[in-house]
Amino acid sequence: MSIQKVQNNKAWFMVLPVLILVAISAIIPLMTVVNYSVQDTFGGNEFFWVGTEWFQEVLASERFHNALLRTLVFSGLILAIEIPLGILIALAMPKRGWGVSVCLVLMALPLLIPWNVVGTIWQVFGRVDIGLLGHGLASLGIDYNYTQNNLDAWLTLILMDVWHWTSLVVLLCYSGLVSIPEVYYQAARIDGASRWAVFRFIQLPKIKRVLLIAVLLRFMDSFMIYTEPFVVTGGGPGNITSFLSIDLVQMAVGQFDLGPAAAMSLIYFLIILLICWVFYTVMTSYDNDEQSSGGGAQ
Amino acid sequence: MLELRNISFHQGDEIFLDDVSLLMERGELNILLGPTLSGKTTLMRIMAGLDKPNSGELLFDGVSVLGMPVQKRNVAMVYQQFINYPSLTVFENIASPLRVARVEQNQIGIQVAEVAELLQLTQMLDRMPDTLSGGQQQRVALARALVKKADLVLLDEPLANLDYKLREELRAELPALFAAMGAVLVYATTEPTEALVLGGNTVCLHEGRVEQFGPTLDLYRTPTGLRSAKIFSDPPLNSVEVECVAGQFIYAKSRQPLGIKIEQIPDGSYTLAVRPHHLSRKKEAGNEIEVEGNVSVTELTGSETFVHFSMEDSPWVALLHDVQDFAVASTIKFYLKPQHLFLFDSHGVLVEWQSEINN
Repeated sequence: MSIQKVQNNKAWFMVLPVLILVAISAIIPLMTVVNYSVQDTFGGNEFFWVGTEWFQEVLASERFHNALLRTLVFSGLILAIEIPLGILIALAMPKRGWGVSVCLVLMALPLLIPWNVVGTIWQVFGRVDIGLLGHGLASLGIDYNYTQNNLDAWLTLILMDVWHWTSLVVLLCYSGLVSIPEVYYQAARIDGASRWAVFRFIQLPKIKRVLLIAVLLRFMDSFMIYTEPFVVTGGGPGNITSFLSIDLVQMAVGQFDLGPAAAMSLIYFLIILLICWVFYTVMTSYDNDEQSSGGGAQ
Repeated sequence: MLELRNISFHQGDEIFLDDVSLLMERGELNILLGPTLSGKTTLMRIMAGLDKPNSGELLFDGVSVLGMPVQKRNVAMVYQQFINYPSLTVFENIASPLRVARVEQNQIGIQVAEVAELLQLTQMLDRMPDTLSGGQQQRVALARALVKKADLVLLDEPLANLDYKLREELRAELPALFAAMGAVLVYATTEPTEALVLGGNTVCLHEGRVEQFGPTLDLYRTPTGLRSAKIFSDPPLNSVEVECVAGQFIYAKSRQPLGIKIEQIPDGSYTLAVRPHHLSRKKEAGNEIEVEGNVSVTELTGSETFVHFSMEDSPWVALLHDVQDFAVASTIKFYLKPQHLFLFDSHGVLVEWQSEINN
């Protein structure tokens, strides 16, 4: 017994560095936010306890509702475009030969560019006076201006995100696809299976897991998007592209409303946590299903 | 009836099949026997229509099928890997060829149940393939091939990935299962013992060429060439280079006489070969040839002993009954009966001969 206790203590000692790191990088800053979210300050380092007032205010505010809605719509659109597109591109990519490395490098390129650079690229690219896209469209007689037109602003942001992140979905799907042995396709051909049947019954089941991860990553990432729209539209025109993150920064840094901003960031955080948890549960229960029924066969 | 006429297949400089001609009847089991890379799988891919040969003709019931796409030919194939649709239940997996063929719903149920019964899968129809054991997964794949009622069934080393016990079990069932189908049945394997157990006809393949084709037992008993004798021998065939000088055989290496005289054989170089289990420790008939060598290793299995020894610098192996142990490097003597000897000329072709012992 005593020996076991010593071992346990040692184990705690071993995780201590990690605990300290996590505390400094995550827990302490988070607690500061929690601290702000339940107090009000009028400057001069004076704080007043307000309880859940900020939370109630944020949850009831139309501004928050709109920002949340915009963010959800944005994420939904991103998933609806990038996932099918990514699968299609992955299916079309060559499986062997020199084309593989060329395609992989081309696919990886957008992923290597820093977010704010991506924003700047598209900001310039879309400008009507000097940008290739903006000027090109204008000279074709199409009225395009992302700084003034709501639809154009959204289109530009979505196009930018698709350009930036579809490769991630492609690479994940491609890795799943190349792991399918050639004999499966051969067997399908002998069975007389159609192209759709091959995708539906061989390729899709085999890439299901990586696809789930792709969906999760793309959802979280697009839900938290900040840098690119900040650089390109700055949330405008008006506030039509001010997603939760942009709205939050405006409130905290622009207006210096620390209390509501802290409450909002906690709500934001909880939403993300909730979605993460749902995804995690779905994925692990799916794994468990397979394992438990697999165990039954033994 | 499947007929292959002078089929050749090559990619670049690499020759996969060289002038293969075969005739396979319906309801018969045809075994493709050969080591890895001998062209078994390539031959099957061509039979199925997955690959097109560079030259030659492929006829099914007298009609050329070379231009016909795979989907149009009624072919079923089972692989070494257990290939099933991962997201479909066992029932749906077995039913899949019927669905492609647009068989009626109630007919599908009846036929799947029938095949599942044959392959002992009735209890597992609702399960997913990856929840089954390897043997069961392969049974599902076999059921898919069986239910399709194909004209040509190709089994590419179907038992190679199964463990010993399951392999024995399925191997015993397979011929009976497929014999009733009336299809041309082709079975690829690397194992001579598997070919012997399965029976039927055997094609000995070596580097894309047919060495010999005929009833399996005939091939085993009278190989026409050194290569087919080697392919059809497990443990490996023992061979030694000999020379015939004036009707007298001597070892090519040591120039010692063998002690046999063979009439009407021209002088020249020959290869003398004998199967490992024909080497005996006892002299029985009195006309045996005596061979001697140094033991290099003795392998013991439960009921048999493999004695590896060097015979005129060639590695030989003897298969003895019971467990017997021999000291390494000790000299060991074996006797072999002349009727068990194979004699091949310098081109590897079997030489018919009559022996006469002169001692």
